[in-house]
Amino acid sequence: MTLDVERRLTRDWGDPSVIGLDGYRAKGGYQALTRALEMSAADLIQLVKDSGLRGRGGAGFPTGMKWSFVPMDTGKPTYVTVNYDESEPGTCNNRELVERDPHRLIEGTAIAARAIECHTAFIYIRGEYLWQSIVLQRALEEAYAAGLLGTGIAGSDYDLDIVLHRGAGAYICGEETALLNSLEGLRGQPRLRPPFPAVEGLYASPTVINNVETLMNVPDIVNRGAEWFRGLGTEKSPGTKMFTVSGKVERPGNYEVPMGTPFRELLEGFAGGVLGGRELKAFTPGGSSTPMLTADSIDVHLDYESIAEAGSLLGTGAIMVMDETDCVVAAAERMVKFYAHESCGKCTPCREGSWWATRVLGRLEDGYGREGDIPLMHDMGTNIMFRAFCALADGTASVINSSLKHFGDEYEAHVRLGRCPLREPAAAEGVAS
Amino acid sequence: MAVFEGPLLDDARAVIARYPEGRERSAVMPLLYLAQSAEGRVSRDGLREVAGLLGITTAEVEAVATFYTMYRLRPTGEHLVNVCTNLACMLRGGKEVYEAAHQAAGMAHGQEISDDGLISLHEEECLGVCDFAPAVQIDFMNHDAVTPERMRELIAQLRAGETPTPARGPKMESFRHASRVLAGVEPVEEARA
Repeated sequence: MTLDVERRLTRDWGDPSVIGLDGYRAKGGYQALTRALEMSAADLIQLVKDSGLRGRGGAGFPTGMKWSFVPMDTGKPTYVTVNYDESEPGTCNNRELVERDPHRLIEGTAIAARAIECHTAFIYIRGEYLWQSIVLQRALEEAYAAGLLGTGIAGSDYDLDIVLHRGAGAYICGEETALLNSLEGLRGQPRLRPPFPAVEGLYASPTVINNVETLMNVPDIVNRGAEWFRGLGTEKSPGTKMFTVSGKVERPGNYEVPMGTPFRELLEGFAGGVLGGRELKAFTPGGSSTPMLTADSIDVHLDYESIAEAGSLLGTGAIMVMDETDCVVAAAERMVKFYAHESCGKCTPCREGSWWATRVLGRLEDGYGREGDIPLMHDMGTNIMFRAFCALADGTASVINSSLKHFGDEYEAHVRLGRCPLREPAAAEGVAS
Repeated sequence: MAVFEGPLLDDARAVIARYPEGRERSAVMPLLYLAQSAEGRVSRDGLREVAGLLGITTAEVEAVATFYTMYRLRPTGEHLVNVCTNLACMLRGGKEVYEAAHQAAGMAHGQEISDDGLISLHEEECLGVCDFAPAVQIDFMNHDAVTPERMRELIAQLRAGETPTPARGPKMESFRHASRVLAGVEPVEEARA
């Protein structure tokens, strides 16, 4: 097992000088932008297509292809919108990427803008990232002052403005069409597709929406080429990926590893193993909305295809680790409570289903589970999955379905014992009396 | 009395000017933060005036204000304390920290604001600080790996009129101050502090 892997996105994390423009430029920053401004939009899109870069926000859609869907002859402006809403429980790598290297995001955004001939780009940052919004605002001001943004950027005749837009606490705004509504000054509820954002997105104009990590890969691709980018990772999932490892591990944190790295290596090598040397019980590979996996999957390779084969999703690369002392029903209750809170209210299966599921999970955990509760949970999981407008509801159902699938015995023990089997009986009685 | 007048009205106009011509409505979110910075919450007057500034209805502004948790429509303490209890934090003791915050602030569950008006407490969903769980934000600035004991200290500091030093970044003086920074109208010289 080796921790000596090539770091790309995180290579300057040890050097706080890159937070400032001078430090970033001293390391070659904004050379990729200059190069991109000399290339045609078509060549730029082809380069990103050749690199095989896929969206890091969860869906894994090829980035170059996404850019190529934008029609540039509609007479309307085109827009790049950066999705920095990062709200999937367990996920915080975008937060740290920008905290430590804000100009790389600005440069990546500017290159994406150039590729679709966009002159106004937006960065949508979640409101709770107040400190990160200050870092980014400062970096934007520096870039404007240095002529890297505004009129005639980096000595070219290309104009580009980047507007920082702060959210205000709504998970659903990470869903790209909800994000667009939020940015337009509406409630953050998802839109019907088609039309897809590439054709009718922000202000009913052609729009590309990219994740922070995705865009931060772009400057290196422009500087070093598609083949270089493919030098790490797998054939279908090239490059590195940021993972957030949290919960019951010795060293929670954000780690960059090549796509396809075995989970065991990330857990034991980087995150220091399970906290206190305890046994791994379960983990979410890509945030709370991705089906949980068990210790049987410890050797799963962390790339889109391998995780799908194991029955889950790479998602946002947010690995929350539970050990043998953690109750899966309690974990499921807490995760479903999140979806109940964050449901935008548009669709009945999501709005009502998530709320009722928290009620049933809560009574199971508190020792008041009923005989029919487990079939009821199965029923709810089945009837929420794929039955709502957007994927938020599927997150609810994934928690329910995967916890039932892997830990049915634990659910049954809650009903049979009339208490949580992982809590001390005395404590449970104390609560009941 | 008007919420937006004098310098705040100038700020509002600067916020609106960030967005493309004809797309002024996009400014509703930062304008709500500005209104909140003036009043410590978003009042009926605030909603009406934001609507007036943008040429939309009060109902349209209220629809936005009620959708997002960071706008407070009811009276809010001078400081807002957010404790994450979502899974990554729960696994490392977030619920115990949340309980400790209630006890230290002398607040019952469901009580939104302490009797002296100093503190509002909020059980948070994932704050994106899973690497330093359990996560707490005071006026939206982070405090890392907070234990119940540390939570009691933080509340005691607020009670003593001090602003606790956040794990990263500058101090926010209050919930109002943070709202003003969220509107994007504060200078950011301290960004590398």
